Amino acid sequence: MLKEIFNKPTKWSAMKQLIFKEIDDLIIDSLGIVSFISFFVGGVVAIQTALNLTNPLIPKYLIGFATRQSVVLEFAPTFISIIMAGKMGSFITSSIGTMRVTEQIDALEVMGVNSLNYLVFPKIIALLLYPFVIGLSMFLGVFGGWMAAVYGGFTTSFEFTTGLQAEFIPFHIAYAFIKTFVFAFILATIPSFHGYYMKGGALEVGKASTVSFVWTSVVIILVNFILTQLLLS
Amino acid sequence: MIEVKNIVKKFGEQTVLKGVSTRFEAGMTNLIIGQSGSGKTVFLKSLLGIHTPDSGTISFDGRIYSELSNDERRELRTEIGMVFQGSALFDSMTVEENVGFPLKMFTNKSAKEIKERVDFVIDRVHLVNAHQKRPSEISGGMQKRVAIARAIVNNPKYLFCDEPNSGLDPKTAIVIDNLIQEITQEYNITTVINTHDMNSVMEIGEKIVFLKNGLLEWEGSNKEIFKTDNEAVTDFVYSSELFKRVRKMYLEDDVK
Repeated sequence: MLKEIFNKPTKWSAMKQLIFKEIDDLIIDSLGIVSFISFFVGGVVAIQTALNLTNPLIPKYLIGFATRQSVVLEFAPTFISIIMAGKMGSFITSSIGTMRVTEQIDALEVMGVNSLNYLVFPKIIALLLYPFVIGLSMFLGVFGGWMAAVYGGFTTSFEFTTGLQAEFIPFHIAYAFIKTFVFAFILATIPSFHGYYMKGGALEVGKASTVSFVWTSVVIILVNFILTQLLLS
Repeated sequence: MIEVKNIVKKFGEQTVLKGVSTRFEAGMTNLIIGQSGSGKTVFLKSLLGIHTPDSGTISFDGRIYSELSNDERRELRTEIGMVFQGSALFDSMTVEENVGFPLKMFTNKSAKEIKERVDFVIDRVHLVNAHQKRPSEISGGMQKRVAIARAIVNNPKYLFCDEPNSGLDPKTAIVIDNLIQEITQEYNITTVINTHDMNSVMEIGEKIVFLKNGLLEWEGSNKEIFKTDNEAVTDFVYSSELFKRVRKMYLEDDVK
């Protein structure tokens, strides 16, 4: 499948429009839900950390530190990707699966269009912008943490931002974005595979979407484990 | 012209096509008929290159499909128009975009030239006020017309139709049949239609291929099908009382 995606490319003038459409469907349409979840989960992380720092000897700036580490290292790249496996993944599987069921993929093939390239390649290219979604998630997660910590009366803005800057390791950002690129590829390909090769009717489209979500999540979790071992150990 | 020589297609242990040979001439509406499970769909999909026959050859004006390179096959496919049973229109596109799709993908025409050609074929299939509508916003009959327009927009040499009348009322079905026949004759296309519809057989069957259990049981025209004494054909074609009476009247008229 992967070889065929990059084989016999569709005409650039047509591909350009497909890529813009996929950016709109997959990236732009995800910004709302990602922003909402990131802001509030960031807030919850900050509150949970603050509530667990009961020892007066532990400095309050750890709230900012813990929020940053949780959001940047795991929440934004990994857990937003799992949420996206549900949102983007099921959209990709169901849209390609419906095209399979209604013979639209056969129509492309009969016309001489490389259907895998036509359907999957623009999704892979569109998801090259996925790190921007994760970057936004990181920013809003930390911002949500700051809002919750400061306006909830758990710490001061100065202490929180001190925590944000404490023991900052630039490679952690690189690690998060390396993961993000790998997850973007997984998000584009596994749901496409389940949609493209599905058999049956409308009921099977629903089943394929569920199976695709499960497999995409499992692969993201496993790859996350392997990459963390390789990059941080 | 499409020439089929002794094609065999197996799925596991089951042999669906058991050595079918026939010839489909240009400028004629060629119909494939037969009961469900007779191998019609597999035959059509083999002609389209969706299924690869286990043996035998299919040649398109002398070009043997199995001997073509991948590039030559893609090139050949641009000469093929296909009308699918469920129309297979692209949901995300308007009628105009659906029809213009093959031109956009396979020609270097400008947007203006594409628009002119699309307007011409949409007009040719008698579609009005549908250019900007999506497939879900138009009726089944209109969807079939859009599918025909998309199939002919790039001047195909070969047109394949899978059950073009399924789901249509009898009046619309006749309009679609006549439209396919007119287009076939007008552009000298080799048209192959897979159908269950006996009205189509009587109306436009210039050549009829009858399949039974994966074998070619009978072939002839819609005139000859009235006179045939092949029991399998008469059982299938004249299974309704109405068609039995039509046949009887035709044969009585013929005798007079």
